Amino acid sequence: MSTPAGGPLLEARGLEKSFGDNHVLRGVDVLADAGTVTVLIGPSGSGKTTVLRSLNLLEVPDAGSVRIGQARMEFPAPGGRPDRRAVARLRAQSGMVFQAHNLFPHLTVLGNVTEGPVVVQRRPPAEVRAEALALLERVGLAGKAEQYPHQLSGGQQQRVGIARALAIRPALLLFDEPTSALDPELVGEVLAVMKDLADQGWTMVVVTHEMRFARQVADRVLFLDGGVVVEEGAPAEVLGAPRHERTRRFLHRLADPL
Amino acid sequence: MDGTWDLVRESLVPLLQGTVTGTIPLTAVSFVLGLLLALVVALMRLSGIAPLAAAARCYVSLIRGTPLLLQLFIIFYGLPSLGVTIDPFPSAVIAFSLNVGGYAAEVVRAAILAVPKGQTEAALTIGMDYATTMRRIVLPQAARVAVPPLSNTLISLVKDTSLASAVLVTELTRKANELAAPTYEFFTLYVVTAAYYWVVCLGLSAVQSRLEVRLNRYVAR
Repeated sequence: MSTPAGGPLLEARGLEKSFGDNHVLRGVDVLADAGTVTVLIGPSGSGKTTVLRSLNLLEVPDAGSVRIGQARMEFPAPGGRPDRRAVARLRAQSGMVFQAHNLFPHLTVLGNVTEGPVVVQRRPPAEVRAEALALLERVGLAGKAEQYPHQLSGGQQQRVGIARALAIRPALLLFDEPTSALDPELVGEVLAVMKDLADQGWTMVVVTHEMRFARQVADRVLFLDGGVVVEEGAPAEVLGAPRHERTRRFLHRLADPL
Repeated sequence: MDGTWDLVRESLVPLLQGTVTGTIPLTAVSFVLGLLLALVVALMRLSGIAPLAAAARCYVSLIRGTPLLLQLFIIFYGLPSLGVTIDPFPSAVIAFSLNVGGYAAEVVRAAILAVPKGQTEAALTIGMDYATTMRRIVLPQAARVAVPPLSNTLISLVKDTSLASAVLVTELTRKANELAAPTYEFFTLYVVTAAYYWVVCLGLSAVQSRLEVRLNRYVAR
């Protein structure tokens, strides 16, 4: 995925979104250079998940623009409805890992991973199969290819979700609270895979409450509250020495819930 | 008494003919067409496009709110007065397909709604369009929910096809009438005929059980 010279891989500007009377996003910018990890943090209802879902148009923004690589869309779309081909082109740039994994229960682990490349991208099944098995090995699930998702633990399911997202060869990986639904002892194995991907140079945007992950892996942290980016910067700045009172309160509540 | 048994023996093959050449093809063709219709009607109702959804609701309401025998009569005896004459078998297929379509549409719609929204979202993120998402992700999962109620519809249909005897289709019930009329052995012949219907339905129930096991293999228990 080539990008305009010097420009970031991901460039979302002025994102706005309302659900009814609820103005969830009030002008959010997210920029990410290729090979970097951007972590979005913020209280529930801050709009961080809506930002992430706007990047692959699971939510269509009311205003703003999203560009990933060469694929770019403006909102509101000229003529009202977003052009289907443009939507498909932008979506093809990113892979997504969901909080509730959303694996396809009627397909095997291997079937989940090969579905996108074979059915949508129409790549040769034999080639895709070999690549999918390699991806499963990379996320530590080499022996699970023929099992069904319900036969796996939560952490294993989430790692299949990561392999499924990688299989479509996206330019950008999106993670929507990938460990929030997991039992605490399973969180580590998923974060380890994500850290591994970051080390390999994947560009990632991650919504998470895992502050240690943000501190160790993120290049940039964005703190959102009330539908705006309150503060952003390197993790050491935002998490270590927050400038804003709202950021400080949020981090304090996270560290000491009682 | 000997005469009765002779009649039963002589009737077995003609009744089997009525089953194999009448009841079973009528059921099979009507059910397949009815299911396709049901899928279209269900997707119309789920489309969010008001005129399509309203047309679908109206159709379901008409089919469910009028007797099947009357629907059959309208097509076979009624349409000729509008200049449309259709042979018995196709008339019956049209009536039964429309009927199955009306009932099964609600089943299909509920089954599609039972598939979690996250499945569609995951399909979108790997690049699928609406049609592919339906075909590859949503409908296979909806099938699991839909098989038990659709089996009811199918088994009802097997028996409802006996109504086609009233529009001159030579299916099982009409065969029984033809065999019984000259002999007045109505009781015997109707009991044997009932047994034929029962056996067909037993077979379908067995298929349903196997299908349910198959479709449930990916579900945690």
